[in-house]
Amino acid sequence: MFDLLVLLIPLFPLLAVLANGFYGSRYSHEWAGRLAFGSVGLSFLCTLGVFASVLSNPEPREVLAWSWIFGGDLSINLAFLIDPLTTVMLLVVTGVGFLIHVYSVGYMHGEEGFTRFFTYMNLFMVSMLLLVMGSNYVVMFIGWEGVGLCSYLLIGYYYEKVSAGKAATKAFVVNRIGDAGFLIAVFLIFAHFGSLDYSTVLTQASSLSTEMATAITICLLIGAFGKSAQLPLYTWLPDAMEGPTPVSALIHAATMVTAGVYMVVRNHVLFDMAPIALTTVGIIGGLTALFAATIGLVQNDIKRVLAYSTVSQLGYMFLACGVGAYTAAIFHLVTHAFFKALLFLSAGAVIHSLHHEQDIRKMGGLYKKIPITHAVFLIGTLAIAGIPPLAGFWSKDEIMAHAFVHGYYHLYILAAIGAFLTSFYMFRLTYLTFYGQSRVEPHVAKHIHESPPIMTVPLMILAGLAVVGGFLGVPPEHGWFHSFLHDVATPVGAAPHAVDMSTLLGLMGAAVSIALAGWGLAHYMYSVRPQMANEWAEKSPQAYTTLLNKYYVDEFYDRVIVEPFKKLGMLWDWVDRHIIDRFVNGIGKGTDISAEAITWTEKHVIYAGLNVVGYGNHLLAWSWRKLQSGMVHHYAAILIIGLAVLIHLVVLWFTGSSIAGSSGY
Amino acid sequence: MSIPFVDLATILPELLIVGIACLVLVLDPITPTAKKDFLAWMSLGVLAVCALVTMEDFGETTVAFSGLVVVDSYAAFWKMLLYLVSGLTILLSMSYLKEEKIDLAEYYAFVLLALAGMMVMVSGADLLTIYLGIELMSITLYIMAGFKRFEARSIEASAKYFVLGAFSSGILLYGISLLFGVTGSTRLSEIAAVVNGPALNDPLMLLALMLIIVGFGFKVAAVPFHMWTPDVYEGAPTSVTAFMAVASKAASFAAFLRVLLEAFGGVKPNWNMLILAVCLITVALGNLVAIVQTNVKRMLAYSSIAHAGYALVGVVVAGWVGVETGVSSRGVSSLMLYLAIYSFMTIGAFAMVAILRKGGLEGEDIEDFTGLAKRHKGGAFLMLVFMISLAGIPPTAGFIGKFYLFMAAVNAGLAWLAIFGLIFAAISAFYYLRIVMVMYMREPSPEHEQHTRLVLSPQVSVVLACAVAGVVLLGIFPGPLVSIADLSILPIK
Repeated sequence: MFDLLVLLIPLFPLLAVLANGFYGSRYSHEWAGRLAFGSVGLSFLCTLGVFASVLSNPEPREVLAWSWIFGGDLSINLAFLIDPLTTVMLLVVTGVGFLIHVYSVGYMHGEEGFTRFFTYMNLFMVSMLLLVMGSNYVVMFIGWEGVGLCSYLLIGYYYEKVSAGKAATKAFVVNRIGDAGFLIAVFLIFAHFGSLDYSTVLTQASSLSTEMATAITICLLIGAFGKSAQLPLYTWLPDAMEGPTPVSALIHAATMVTAGVYMVVRNHVLFDMAPIALTTVGIIGGLTALFAATIGLVQNDIKRVLAYSTVSQLGYMFLACGVGAYTAAIFHLVTHAFFKALLFLSAGAVIHSLHHEQDIRKMGGLYKKIPITHAVFLIGTLAIAGIPPLAGFWSKDEIMAHAFVHGYYHLYILAAIGAFLTSFYMFRLTYLTFYGQSRVEPHVAKHIHESPPIMTVPLMILAGLAVVGGFLGVPPEHGWFHSFLHDVATPVGAAPHAVDMSTLLGLMGAAVSIALAGWGLAHYMYSVRPQMANEWAEKSPQAYTTLLNKYYVDEFYDRVIVEPFKKLGMLWDWVDRHIIDRFVNGIGKGTDISAEAITWTEKHVIYAGLNVVGYGNHLLAWSWRKLQSGMVHHYAAILIIGLAVLIHLVVLWFTGSSIAGSSGY
Repeated sequence: MSIPFVDLATILPELLIVGIACLVLVLDPITPTAKKDFLAWMSLGVLAVCALVTMEDFGETTVAFSGLVVVDSYAAFWKMLLYLVSGLTILLSMSYLKEEKIDLAEYYAFVLLALAGMMVMVSGADLLTIYLGIELMSITLYIMAGFKRFEARSIEASAKYFVLGAFSSGILLYGISLLFGVTGSTRLSEIAAVVNGPALNDPLMLLALMLIIVGFGFKVAAVPFHMWTPDVYEGAPTSVTAFMAVASKAASFAAFLRVLLEAFGGVKPNWNMLILAVCLITVALGNLVAIVQTNVKRMLAYSSIAHAGYALVGVVVAGWVGVETGVSSRGVSSLMLYLAIYSFMTIGAFAMVAILRKGGLEGEDIEDFTGLAKRHKGGAFLMLVFMISLAGIPPTAGFIGKFYLFMAAVNAGLAWLAIFGLIFAAISAFYYLRIVMVMYMREPSPEHEQHTRLVLSPQVSVVLACAVAGVVLLGIFPGPLVSIADLSILPIK
């Protein structure tokens, strides 16, 4: 029964993919939509069943779907591993995924390619489920690349926009750079353990040397940083906002981008053995959290602000991993899935009601016209800003407290500044969107309307989760969430750390003040004295434009990596096109000339030259001169010189080394 | 001199194929135009018969003609692959040639003759036998490249291919003759004994080895001996391009690897660094130049150069010093696996190019694929599968091929090489997915709507079905093929 439930989880969306993909054109859009969210709903129900079973028996259990003989000395099963960590991920993926699917039916209503959209969405669900459920690295990798491919297809969904196609390709290529790292890690693991099953690798991890563990985990990290949009591989995520908003919510906020965090936690046994890798995770996470938050301060596209906020929040999760707070990382992953999905979807509702307007400079004063959207967006903002008792407060506070208590003060400071900025830019976004004077263009303003219930009901459920979700982990470090994940996410060799209550309360107080300070500043700047932001921008134009242009990192990558590669490609293309032509033409011409020369020589040398030797000599000299100015000489010389140089070098190189070797005997 | 019957029996498939090729040539003038398809079916028939005969060769090693020819599992593996590819080429050509109005039945005879050359190459145990095979294959391909006799581009491709091919054959032959001077033999086994003994580190031997590597580097289109590839692939009829990109590359790799391992297997340090260097620049340049192409055939030409680079990773692993025999053999078997998988996806991609028509011409610009998903859902989906397989994305066969190849590299201690290859494989997604992008994410212009279409025939459908089945099934059930490749490797010294 348990096994069946587990197998059904990815099977339902898969069946929906097949049905919608192959027969989607034969039935109405309504049915395609119902099939899509219904299948995910069924998966969610199965997940609940699995969850109930795991609650009573938290031991890891493997479920074999089918033996997949890879051939040679490698046998890999398509098998699923069910333990508390997987269960948490499953609940998030199917639960939030279901709500987003329901919302999408309303959001995408009447769009061209409705069925195609849901086929990709379901395919994404299948890949994501493989990623979190796989019991070995290969299944995880297949899910890993699968989600990347679906993300590619969905970002490029609005194909009439050229930018969408470019963003899709960028996302995919950057992701694949990360995937290369992951795959190398997989090879190294196989070379060392002779197996790719988590059960073998993670239990025998202590046999690794520190160097090997470091090599493996650094490679894994490259994969994680690519997928989870961390420095320096984050540039694709903001561009990925070209996709439809539900896609941003599902893939680029709640699930796919958190895969890197899941992967690190899943392999935390390996990371615990590699201090260098752990330090790297922490520092990159902290820097990303701060860096992305600063860019978020000045962006004007509602979705882009949220995108940078996602990058920044993912940074917090990695920071948590870096300080050994794996449970806190997953906890933040869960609460973030709630409030960030909520924020994206309500941003989608705003965009929907404004006829695809995304620029917050053309919003304002919307709270009266779309009250439900306004209410849920505000809840999301309070949650992400870290206002207690909403979800974001508990998880973020736990990460920061853990960093502080364990002596990672530098990371704590990064996180604290980041938290202040987060609170500021989120409230800035809220004020500019919902309060103040309406800056909506008049022809749009007439048509502003609240979204239909199929969109608002999922929003309200998510808002409820964003409010209460944090209580799963209360009291900090000892909540239900922590005991549930205790066996799978406790760092190896971690000693219980007694912290006195006053420190914790003090840290909580600090966190709340930071959040309130950000709110206060935003309130002052965008509500009390709205002209202040512009004054600041004018006062330090350089800082403002640098932030607005995202530190010119995209331009830098283009200039330093993309363009030189393209130039090199074009250069070689030119060489290939021309050298060969010259060569062939040269040979042709050479043949012509020598034929001419021979004929000429025959005529004049053989016949005439026989009698007049002196005259013949003269002729010979003449033909020689002709040859010298001709193409054949030119080409033959180049060829022969080239070959001679090559031969010389290679022979020198070989004999040089062999002479050194042979002098021994 | 008498040739023993047993010796003839070992080359029965070659004899059959040459025989039928001659028969096709003879029957061609007396067959009415409407019935020319019969000759194609006859050619396919002989391939099937030969496949049955070759099946018996697995697991046995027979040396014939006093050491000139060897028939072993390794040769059998390649021959089976070559039959398959030739069969698909013939099927693809049947409607393509009619569409292009170059419907001459001697085409099928040429396919068979080239195939015979390739079979001689993979079975050759003597440099001269191998050379003979290469020449038979090459000369036939020169003609086939110029088969569109009325199109300047095709003639130009043929001429270029001929001039450069002759040049490279000359280099190869020069290497062989130098080697004969040093070792007194052209038999691979006898060469092995001498180069590993008296002639060890003889500069002339090294020179000969280098010339041979250059000669083969040309045939497999490795950088910097690749320059003929884009022009020839672009100019030749697409069915011929597919045949060249797949069959001639596979056969050349087979012979190359046999020469390196059987004759020079004892002196690996003399060649593995050279192969490594060629491998690196081939992977890098193939992928980089592919990015800037606008013609699909040219893009696929560079893609095939890049894939030759990946395959060379297998050669590097097989030739790496200081690794266990098991690891070296994995280098060989992963190369065989890779080229088999490469054959399916490449022939599929070229088949799609061959059936895409724009007006009366081939639609061979990337732009011609614009909006294909709107009009030909199935065709666009197939192209999508081939492209993601070429990019090496699971669960397609392309992923399995790269997985084994790079895993072999990591096992041999060449993790950096795997990283290098995988990064360029990541970049390759850029140009493969551009085709996906124009197919799925661009609106077809009215002009495209009217003029571009897919020309499907039952034969082409079979080709596409075989290719896509290979790409998908080998991706999901790689086990059997991996085992066959493992059992068919050359003995590593």
